[in-house]
Amino acid sequence: MGLLDKQFNNSNVILTSVEDLLKWARLSSLFQMQFGLACCAIEMMAASASNFDIMRFGVIPRATPRQTDLMIVAGTVTLKMATRIKRLYDQMSEPRYVISMGSCSNCGGPYWEHGYHVLKGVDRVIPVDVYVPGCPPRPEALLEGIIKLQEKIRNETLVKKSAYA
Amino acid sequence: MTPQEILDQLRANFGEAILESKLDAPQPWISVAPNRTKDICFFLRDTASLQFDYLMCLSSVDNKDKQLSVVYHVWSTTQKHKIVLKAFCPRDNAHIQSVSSVWGTADWHEREAFDMMGIVFDEHPDLRRILCPDDYPGNPLRKDFKVPEFYQGIKVPY
Repeated sequence: MGLLDKQFNNSNVILTSVEDLLKWARLSSLFQMQFGLACCAIEMMAASASNFDIMRFGVIPRATPRQTDLMIVAGTVTLKMATRIKRLYDQMSEPRYVISMGSCSNCGGPYWEHGYHVLKGVDRVIPVDVYVPGCPPRPEALLEGIIKLQEKIRNETLVKKSAYA
Repeated sequence: MTPQEILDQLRANFGEAILESKLDAPQPWISVAPNRTKDICFFLRDTASLQFDYLMCLSSVDNKDKQLSVVYHVWSTTQKHKIVLKAFCPRDNAHIQSVSSVWGTADWHEREAFDMMGIVFDEHPDLRRILCPDDYPGNPLRKDFKVPEFYQGIKVPY
């Protein structure tokens, strides 16, 4: 990642730019909003448990949107929930990131045609940074999504958030 | 008790309110007047020889052009017999008497039927939508339901 490349040997001095330091801090402590919507949430829980241990990437569940950087939309988003997801996203402080996990929140999944109550993709209400395909995705796939998001943050600049680029 | 004996007992007590029956069906059913369901169900529950103390399921059916109906599957845990009741009501003025005072189970089941089919259960203590949002347009399980184009500014169809 480049942050530690410029260290002097045998000292506590590290040379880096403010930008690199901020990005390193952001991508290493992606606090996640603690909520799940359907069966994808079970896989998300498996990813949090010891076999996959999502915390080694700095992803820690927090129970309030004010303390979170990352929203993992894990499961079917109903129309009733869509309005609440929008509100939760609005309550998160910036910079904020969204991972859409599973077919349902990507595009409506199996409910795309006859789901009278299902939102056909969470990107209709909030901007999504990373889409994780699968029904449901395995925990490895979610970890891949986290790593992709970290890559994305690493390539941001302070001036412009790459998520909207 | 056999379904025929149950039907005879209902006929003797409610006469006009017992409309049709089909006792040779796999699940014998009796159709009753929609504005008398509460009395009939209290009778089924409290009569010593019947003792229908358990409402197994309350479902609503859209019979397409004709009518809406509510189907009650009831079971007696003491007498070990069961019967199916049906109540029909017109599509445009769907009113059926609530049986939630007879079996507590009926409370949420009737709310679901109200939500999905738009059947109004008279005398229900708390008739609100149970699954769809309160401002959702229409009753989604009716055969003539059309998915709304937008819900609160969100596009609904794929």
